[in-house]
Amino acid sequence: MADLSVNICGVDFKNPVIPASGTFGYGREYEHLFSLEKLGGISVKGTTLKKRTGNLPPRIAETPAGMLNSVGLQNPGIDHFIEEELPYLLTKNTVIIANIAGADVEECVQIAEKLEGTQVHMIELNISCPNVKQGGAAFGTSCSMASQVTKSVRNATTKPLIVKLSPNVTDITEIARAVESEGADAVSLINTLMGMRIDINTRRPVLHNNVGGFSGPAVFPVAVRMVWQTANAVKIPVIGMGGISSGEDAIEMMMAGASAVQVGAVTFSDPFAPVRIISEIDEFLNRKNIDSVRDIVGTVKPW
Amino acid sequence: MNFVQGKFFITEKTAVAKQIYSFRIECPEVVKIACAGQFVHIKADGFLLRRPISICGLDREKGLLRIVFEVRGKGTDKLSQLNKGDFMDIIAPLGHGFTVNRDYKKVVLIGGGIGTPPMLPLAEIYGDRATVITGFRNSGAVILQEDFGKTGAETVLCTDDGSAGVHGFVTEPLAEILKKNGADMVYACGPAPMLKKVSEICREKNIPCEISLEERMACGVGACLGCACRIKKNGEEVFAHVCKDGPVFNAEEVLW
Repeated sequence: MADLSVNICGVDFKNPVIPASGTFGYGREYEHLFSLEKLGGISVKGTTLKKRTGNLPPRIAETPAGMLNSVGLQNPGIDHFIEEELPYLLTKNTVIIANIAGADVEECVQIAEKLEGTQVHMIELNISCPNVKQGGAAFGTSCSMASQVTKSVRNATTKPLIVKLSPNVTDITEIARAVESEGADAVSLINTLMGMRIDINTRRPVLHNNVGGFSGPAVFPVAVRMVWQTANAVKIPVIGMGGISSGEDAIEMMMAGASAVQVGAVTFSDPFAPVRIISEIDEFLNRKNIDSVRDIVGTVKPW
Repeated sequence: MNFVQGKFFITEKTAVAKQIYSFRIECPEVVKIACAGQFVHIKADGFLLRRPISICGLDREKGLLRIVFEVRGKGTDKLSQLNKGDFMDIIAPLGHGFTVNRDYKKVVLIGGGIGTPPMLPLAEIYGDRATVITGFRNSGAVILQEDFGKTGAETVLCTDDGSAGVHGFVTEPLAEILKKNGADMVYACGPAPMLKKVSEICREKNIPCEISLEERMACGVGACLGCACRIKKNGEEVFAHVCKDGPVFNAEEVLW
């Protein structure tokens, strides 16, 4: 068995596979199928300061090899997370990443401050949710806004800070550099791409929100490209995600420069996907006589 | 909530109407814990999202699960190409099923079109204490009448065009039956306009009603929050989720 452990910003992960925020709730549902302890970490459902009810349905549309969602950050709020969900998650012997999203800089800061007194292992600042009107992608698509929110949250927390980036930009490396220079410890990417489907019989968009976030295997090549570009542009670790559905995809993402990976939409198809991907990574490394998964990070040999 | 995921053997496949198929799947571990109103989440080869299909039968002795579904798009078309001897990849049982009370003396079951299959397990439980009212577009779309007949339940068949049974919607016989005999509970599954009307009739008569809803769904287990529906709980409007809080809801809670 190969060494699957990775270290990101001083936090030890037993393996590099993390269910992505919004696809795994707080882990409770999937614990019926496997022990959460097997996971490298869990990025929990995006949490706002106050409870959010989310967007009107329909919130889901299928696409070739992918899907759109417009959930709109439905969540019970940070206090509920800290009181009801976090204590349970912290007993699971895996890295817990609090994904946070605020409508403005002040709200992001307040959420981070509330987490400061907890044992949560890392914070993932979501500056890229495409499904909310305020904050979200508005932060993630402007260098100055991304810098400002990162700087403010950085000052509010001693926790390792990951900033989750939007792919809906002209040059993702500019945003990555901007958040790096303001003290981000790592970046994670890609959040969903903006997409739309229309029901040609009713002429209505399938999603009530009209547009939504596009994810699933279809976005994988875009994600690999952006991870590769970003890993070459920053010195901080990159956590890669976007359409990963197998161990081989995870290996490819890591060769592009990701130190760890998050998996999302594939879990809807195969609820065992996170643990399957861990064992598939191990099988690949054994087959290739590679001792540690760390040895493959960023090893792509560009033409 | 307890559920399993696995590939289970298909023991029987029949076409029960045009583009409507019945499958029996051998999965004792699911059948043992499943109840009426729950659903199975089926993987269609080549599609990212699973298809949620209501449970139509639970043979606890033989460990057989029955589902009946209509080909509505490419995903269900792919599922319909499975055959006896193949394996079906399912997550089940999922969701919150119907409330069954064995003391009820009179219940009415309403099925509209492809919403009819989840009524069959209830008819099997209540037998001659149930009146089953089913409605279809036309005679070619009628399904499960023999199965309902075998349960001992009284059956009323309606078609929109009068080509079989009573000409008209299920809501007309429902109103008559409730007026004449009342009921301890009404259960319904079908198109949203039908469910809305059924709920209104039951509210007027002050008869409890449970309805099974449908929504575009991703995870099926309550993690992704995709399949939202608006309900009123403790005086507050909230988004519940069809996969975990439903698919069966108290009709009084649902906001249309």
